[in-house]
Amino acid sequence: MLAVDVEKRLGTFTLAARFEAAGGVTALFGPSGSGKTTIANLIAGLLTPDHGSIALDDTVLFDSAKGIDVPPHRRSIGYVFQEGRLFPHLSVRQNLDYGRRMSGRARDPGGFDRITALLDIGRLLDRRPRMLSGGERQRVAVGRALLMHPRLLILDEPLASLDGGHKREILPYLVRLRDDGGVPMVYVSHTAAELRRIATNVVRLEGGRVIASGGLELLEKTDSDAIA
Amino acid sequence: MFGLSPAEWTAIELSLRIAVVATVFALPFGVAIGWLLARRNFWGKAVLDGLVHLPLVLPPVVTGYLLLISFGRKGPIGAFLDEYLGIVFSFRWTGAALACAVMGFPLMVRPIRLALEAIDRRLEDAAATLGAGPALVFVSITLPLALPGIIAGVVLCFARALGEFGATITFVSNIPGETQTISAAIYTFLQVPGGDAAAGRLVVIAIVLALGALIASEWLARRAGARFHGE
Repeated sequence: MLAVDVEKRLGTFTLAARFEAAGGVTALFGPSGSGKTTIANLIAGLLTPDHGSIALDDTVLFDSAKGIDVPPHRRSIGYVFQEGRLFPHLSVRQNLDYGRRMSGRARDPGGFDRITALLDIGRLLDRRPRMLSGGERQRVAVGRALLMHPRLLILDEPLASLDGGHKREILPYLVRLRDDGGVPMVYVSHTAAELRRIATNVVRLEGGRVIASGGLELLEKTDSDAIA
Repeated sequence: MFGLSPAEWTAIELSLRIAVVATVFALPFGVAIGWLLARRNFWGKAVLDGLVHLPLVLPPVVTGYLLLISFGRKGPIGAFLDEYLGIVFSFRWTGAALACAVMGFPLMVRPIRLALEAIDRRLEDAAATLGAGPALVFVSITLPLALPGIIAGVVLCFARALGEFGATITFVSNIPGETQTISAAIYTFLQVPGGDAAAGRLVVIAIVLALGALIASEWLARRAGARFHGE
């Protein structure tokens, strides 16, 4: 269970959002500039709220009243960025292995093989990120985040940098990941069609506020279908 | 060997030793100052930036003189180092290395700073979400990505150190076997009748060393660059 109650001012934009997310895939849904990515960064610890609290299960990640602010590298929250952000100086294998090395965990060849198989990236391991297509890059980014054994996986518009064909190529992997049921996800998108396939519950944002939260019915009849 | 006299060999060996020591000792400071200038905002940043670049625009003789009055045996820093740490710079090859490091420092800091500024900070955020604390992010992401700039800085500093003349000769004089580098030796040979041949030989050596450093840096930079651009 993820519980978010935060305020954050960025220039002229003010975010004031409160929601809870149980397991499954929680969609943060809203138009550009509604504060979706800001919320994702606040949860991951890449931004610090001005006020409020963020808790994951029984772990308080941030609480301004109690002065708690767990740094991002101790939050165990996987993050798949819009642009992948693979490390250009490392091979795919080293990118995938990065989280394990940084936390000093022992090698886990079984887990590594399972996730590379799930995402179908086994044959890319010795390549450099530059040599990957957009879809391959995002699959490696998902694998890299999963291999650190996150307690929560954030995906910020993971398909936005891909063209139509590659979008269709990656969604099935994410659905498979959801149905494996291993890790709860927060999925940021402005595209209702995409969210209908992956999300289990929806938090709808507009202008930095939560205007509704509930089930997939919140995705119906929205302007953003036109964008998709 | 190669028709060089022992005195000429000594000058070459000294030049290389001084340039290597100057560059090696300047490097950690170069990375630290480059990082401060690229990443941090603090009071007096412009002053620090100016100080670092000063040796580039000052006449080398002035830099040498400033080193002499501060790091000489009677200078405040020199006296302190001599008394408490037993380190003496004046009229020693170590002093020549200090002068070369100071003269090469702005050339080292600049490319390192530019490389650090060019790094996509979002990659460092990504590393943090993968469990890397700030020190690990620096070592595993920031430094490797800045490597081409660091190599450029090292080569420029080394080349400057190899050719340094004015600050060195002002600070630690021109003592054969101790502070007489290739440049100083060429200057000395040109002052004595019949010294042209020896000077000419050292000039050729200086050109060979400079070209060698350039080629080595090109090769290193290409290797470092290849890591980002392909397999």
